[in-house]
Amino acid sequence: MCSLALFPPPLPSGQTTLCESNNELLSGTTTEDRLKLESSPLSLFFPRESLKLHCRTESSSKAAFLDHSETLWMRSAAAWRDGGFTGLLDEITNSNTEVPKWLSVSSGCTLALLRWFSSFHGSLFPHLTMSSEDMLAEFSQVLNWSDCVVRAFAWHPHTDKFAVALLDDSIKIYNPKSATTPTLKHRLQRSVAAVQWKPLCATALAVACQNCLLVWHVDPCSLSTRPSSGCAQVLSHPGHSPITSIAWSPSGSLLVSASPMDTAMMVWDVASESGVPLQRVGGGGVTFLSWSPDGSHVLASTPSALFRVWETRMWTCERWPCVKGRCQSGCWSPDGSRLLFTVQGETVIYALTFTDTPAGVPTCTSKGSQAAAVVADLSETTFNTPDGDIIVGGEIQSLAWDPTGERLAVLLKGDPQAADRPAIIAVFKTRTNPIFELLPCGFVQGEPGTEPRLMQFHPNFQHGALLTVCWSSGRITHMPFYFLSAGVPHFGLSGSPSLPRPQERPADFAKQSLFTELMS
Amino acid sequence: MLSAEQSCWFVRKVIFWRAVASIAWAVLLLPPITAVFVIISRFSLLHPIQAVSECLSFLTSASAIFSFILLCGVIIMVGFLNLEYYTVIPTIACSKIALLGQLLHPRQFVNSLGHCIMGIIVAWCCAITVGGRYETIADPCAQGDGSPQMCLNEYHLILLLAGAFVGFSHSLLGVIYNMNYVSFHTVQQYKYLRFKGSLSLVLKCSATQALYSVRNYIVVYFFLGYIPKAWICKTLNLHLNSSVHPLDSIAGLLDLSLLYHLWISASFLLFTWHLTLLLFRVFVTEVYSFPVQSSFTEDAHQCLPTVLTDKQPMILKFLALLDLALLSQHSPSRRSEVFSLSQPGGHPHNWNAISKECLSLLADLTQRLIAYHDTVATNGRAKSLSTGSERKTSSESSVTSGTEDLMSPRPTLLMKTPASVFARSIVGCPQSPLTAPFTPDLDSPFASPALRRLTAPMDQCSPWFGTVQSPHIMRRVPKLWSTSTDSQVNGSPLASPASVPSPKQEPSKPSLLAQFLQNRKEQLPEASSQALFADSQAHIWALEGLSYLVQSSFSEDQFGVVQTALPSILSCMLGLQEAVDRHFKLPHASSKPVRSASSMGDSTHKTLRFALRATLKTSIYRITTTFGNHLNAVKMSAEHRKRLQQFLEYKE
Repeated sequence: MCSLALFPPPLPSGQTTLCESNNELLSGTTTEDRLKLESSPLSLFFPRESLKLHCRTESSSKAAFLDHSETLWMRSAAAWRDGGFTGLLDEITNSNTEVPKWLSVSSGCTLALLRWFSSFHGSLFPHLTMSSEDMLAEFSQVLNWSDCVVRAFAWHPHTDKFAVALLDDSIKIYNPKSATTPTLKHRLQRSVAAVQWKPLCATALAVACQNCLLVWHVDPCSLSTRPSSGCAQVLSHPGHSPITSIAWSPSGSLLVSASPMDTAMMVWDVASESGVPLQRVGGGGVTFLSWSPDGSHVLASTPSALFRVWETRMWTCERWPCVKGRCQSGCWSPDGSRLLFTVQGETVIYALTFTDTPAGVPTCTSKGSQAAAVVADLSETTFNTPDGDIIVGGEIQSLAWDPTGERLAVLLKGDPQAADRPAIIAVFKTRTNPIFELLPCGFVQGEPGTEPRLMQFHPNFQHGALLTVCWSSGRITHMPFYFLSAGVPHFGLSGSPSLPRPQERPADFAKQSLFTELMS
Repeated sequence: MLSAEQSCWFVRKVIFWRAVASIAWAVLLLPPITAVFVIISRFSLLHPIQAVSECLSFLTSASAIFSFILLCGVIIMVGFLNLEYYTVIPTIACSKIALLGQLLHPRQFVNSLGHCIMGIIVAWCCAITVGGRYETIADPCAQGDGSPQMCLNEYHLILLLAGAFVGFSHSLLGVIYNMNYVSFHTVQQYKYLRFKGSLSLVLKCSATQALYSVRNYIVVYFFLGYIPKAWICKTLNLHLNSSVHPLDSIAGLLDLSLLYHLWISASFLLFTWHLTLLLFRVFVTEVYSFPVQSSFTEDAHQCLPTVLTDKQPMILKFLALLDLALLSQHSPSRRSEVFSLSQPGGHPHNWNAISKECLSLLADLTQRLIAYHDTVATNGRAKSLSTGSERKTSSESSVTSGTEDLMSPRPTLLMKTPASVFARSIVGCPQSPLTAPFTPDLDSPFASPALRRLTAPMDQCSPWFGTVQSPHIMRRVPKLWSTSTDSQVNGSPLASPASVPSPKQEPSKPSLLAQFLQNRKEQLPEASSQALFADSQAHIWALEGLSYLVQSSFSEDQFGVVQTALPSILSCMLGLQEAVDRHFKLPHASSKPVRSASSMGDSTHKTLRFALRATLKTSIYRITTTFGNHLNAVKMSAEHRKRLQQFLEYKE
């Protein structure tokens, strides 16, 4: 079953997707679109040239200085400080003319043994040999993270404000109701992999950095554009870096963070700055976290072909081994009963169902289904367009499900080398009640030459769903999907979509269901 | 050991058995730990096989079994002391002198003595285990004239004294780092996983603490080692061997193998004790599920609404509040019992009792914060509170004013006034269960320790403690003062503020000691703030429980029982929010405590005020996001409405 074949074909070059209305995606040309974008206060554009980047590399500046002879003690102390134990051993082995022979020989042997062991460990978990920048790029939810102008994006869960982390390690906060856009900078804020606002709080923003976790407290009433670094709490734990993913509990009380280098997932009580490591060997680290909207489960994927689903009451976990690769991305249905996830190296979306445990029963293991079901197959499909054939499909970078549970956005990786295989966002219509259903909706495309890098749904959009997409050009656009949600009761008359009636056109594609639970 | 607390069903049926289970596990874990210790202490690189066979033969010998039985006895004793001395509300010393007072307290003295003796016993077992030159206290030796004599084996002595020293310093550090404080974790885990997760930390901090203790011990032994040596020689009629180096010399102490054995023994001692403490904490803080309502009247006193209102023991109240917070969050069926109506009559008794208790807890904290703020505001600084902070109020402050009298007679009255005004205002306000003044003479060494523990929860730093100025409070003052200060106390400047100290006392007055005490009395930064929030874990759970119940009442409360309490809940929370905001504007209140990296002492209490502030905001937001604009229909004062509007607009 190939799901993408049922999709309407991608737009011709020069057209961009604007919104969905009346069950169909509307598009416009770039010029008229531009006007609209400029007028909207939340659409932003960060040209790459406007950012001041660091020229400094991570490696030390040792090479720039002339070598001068120090005593062995000084050099050993410096080596211990810079390179730790291995650095010390290396120094002793290299200066074999000054130290006794037995010392240099024994340190050489120890060093060889250590290297052999670490290479053995590295062969078990290849990701441990990567540099932290590479690791962030590899495990981030953002497509091509190291080249991204916008590295992370987060809507506030309750209001219309959002935070944007940029390539120059600064974070800007935009709020349509206020004229000031605070810029957050901190000495430790390097290589931001993820940002997330604390639920049930107006101020706190958690930032996953290379070496630590920062929690900013940005007063929405403050007029300051540069909050001091005293507004940030620093949370760090030895061995827990770089941090690639964070997730707040929906009740706002706890924060979990994950690092591919650390087999423990940290659960932070942010106010008291104390963290509890939840250690499980196997997997070699934790790469991606997602907390279910009802707060009962946490998805934690590892760099190996294994992911875990934690139950958050007593913090026990279920192991889910995958066949092929690691779990790349995942998202929860709004009621927390269904988990969709994708696996690296495969082109399908899997679903897992979690039934509620009988309430009040002290045994808290989450009883779920025994195996994951395939709900969508996104293997490569060729579309004939006026501009030539376009191949859409392949591996999946990330998934996003809107808070009403009616639209599912899938970011497809594409192939950056081939022009006819662009990265593209495919949007599905979904229904979770009474049975789970998946229907095609369409592709979301931007200006020519740009590819989507990052996407997120607005957490409480009144008239349906609002998908925010960050493009490779540095532009951030918002795409509304107007529909009447079946699950959410509407108060008064404000629920009806306030969009002009579009012209009539038969939408055959929308009628065909891709997946229903009855099929499987 | 039967005391008032034992009569409580909960302590008898739950806490006691939990403690017993933790001790049993500690004893069960002792054989493997001892075996590891034997191997580590006897292992030699040069003869590994011989060492292993020696270890095995030792482990089956009679002396090993005897010393093992002794160790079991020590573990049981340590576990028992844990049970006797634990507290869920830390005692925070607001000034250095209060800390000194705690350290020199008779009760603490008994504790230290007990730990010293147990340290000696463990060290003796270690000496047997390590064997070799450490094994016996007396060695046959030849004197200069060739006649055989019994000489003192100093290696044995140094190990025994090390045990005593480490035990003593362990008990002192226990006071300084609040090691008897049992904190509750925000992340609930099963006991085994909790234990496993903390094991490496316990090992690490035992080894580090042993290292520091041994370092201090060596310094002490170097200077004072001759005293116990001479004393032992005299009592046991032993001679000093003149042919070997004395150990209290630099050459004697620079023996690497000796230092290693001292460190290993101290680590073993501390590890077994810390492990017992860890097991005790893990077992005692386990969640206990109380029934919300019972169909049998004889079980009514065990139900959540009744248990919540119990004043004593504190552990029961804490576990009940924890259970409330969890049930409101996780179990719809138990929530429905809370929202249910009584069968004949149709009254929401469960909800009424629970909400009333939670609200009174929060109102009490608000009162406390307002009172504290008023004191500070009238005084400019928290002086009167600091002097009123220790194990007394009246006597100590009289000492202060006495000493100040002499340096600057006039301002004394100014200094004293706010304190007395304050004391009166406090007496006027309703006493909550947590802050009810206790009158029994708790600190005399003869009072039951269990009874004393009951009052230990009471914050000794806080002004509402000890507002009763009964004579016995005088005795609570640790006797650190010189006779002149004591006479000053008896001279009662408080009773008659007009009586200026008589001139004849004046020359002796500004003694060095008095000035020293005066300096020490200065507040430790943020300590008074920590002390105000010392029991805030209870408030945090009350806030969580209330807000989750209110949130779920939006969809689950069929009879609308929560709606009637909504105005009072909101105004209580908003009032507390205002008081907390004002408190955090004080100096030191928002400064973060220094993180202590590895210590068995729990530093959770130092950050409780931040946790409370965060929980409070989250709780109000939880209610406002659930009810949204419906809250505009709730009756409340204009000031609170303004504050609530801030929350509705997400501007707090």
